[in-house]
Amino acid sequence: MDDKLVIRGIEFKSRLWVGTGKYRDFEETARAVEASGADVVTVAVRRTNIFNRDSENLLDYIDPKKYKILPNTAGCYTVEDALRYSRLAREAGVSDLIKLEVIGDEKTLFPDTPGLLKATEILAKEGFIVLPYTNDDPVMAQRLVDAGAAAVMPLAAPIGSGLGIRNPYNIKIILEQARTPVIVDAGVGTASDAAVAMELGCDAVLLNTAIAGAADPVAMAMAMKHAVTAGRLAYRAGRIPKKLYATASSPIEGML
Amino acid sequence: MKLTINGNGTELQDGLTVKGLLECLEIEPARVAVEVNLKIIRKDDFHRLVLKDGDSVEIVNFVGGG
Repeated sequence: MDDKLVIRGIEFKSRLWVGTGKYRDFEETARAVEASGADVVTVAVRRTNIFNRDSENLLDYIDPKKYKILPNTAGCYTVEDALRYSRLAREAGVSDLIKLEVIGDEKTLFPDTPGLLKATEILAKEGFIVLPYTNDDPVMAQRLVDAGAAAVMPLAAPIGSGLGIRNPYNIKIILEQARTPVIVDAGVGTASDAAVAMELGCDAVLLNTAIAGAADPVAMAMAMKHAVTAGRLAYRAGRIPKKLYATASSPIEGML
Repeated sequence: MKLTINGNGTELQDGLTVKGLLECLEIEPARVAVEVNLKIIRKDDFHRLVLKDGDSVEIVNFVGGG
């Protein structure tokens, strides 16, 4: 079954995308990413440690030839910072992909959507493939696409909260109106949350803490891989309508 | 000359290029991005750009993130 996700001509093998933050060490990161089957990994842009050159590099463990590296602008609270980090990321990396975050609030890490929109517009004009982390607002999703976003990444719930899909109806509306792929980003807690996102019709799920913070990250990575695959298959298979009353599965005919 | 590298004041020899600075710091140029006084320096220019006294240099790379 040919069911590949394509964004701006880039073909993605996996509909599960994973982050690389919060792991105990790079070795665990590599094992969990491998187990997840993801071919996209997100990374952050930070100052190089100039004092201790023995410190290992993430890319020694996550081979950029094997994985698509998706840098983020996590930690940026202004348009200017988000632009600066995006441009540095492009220079440090190999592609125009950017997971754009403009954070509006420290406690919830909800996006500053006016800032996000502005940054999306500027970066899209500079040739970036902008994947904005946004809230579950269908109008904003439209505006972001108008501004040049290559996909929209609505949050399921606050980053790292593990609350799951808090507003499946809004996600559904975003999907119905979508002119680009829709990737649920943030808030997934466990495998069923990822399956729900995919059953709604999302094109992919991006998560980090749900795997990295699990007691056994490698096992959770495998669970997520199966959940995303199962959810996608169920979406494509077309679920039965929900009904209030029973419909017998066994025939009445032939009963004694 | 005095440079500020990733927020740290450092004394280094005059005439150093970005390439030279990365060599001094034992940093692999392929995996970093460099900004001098808020301007991104393309990798092709690392060997050309000579740093000046008072320059502020930022060297960044990818770390784990979500």
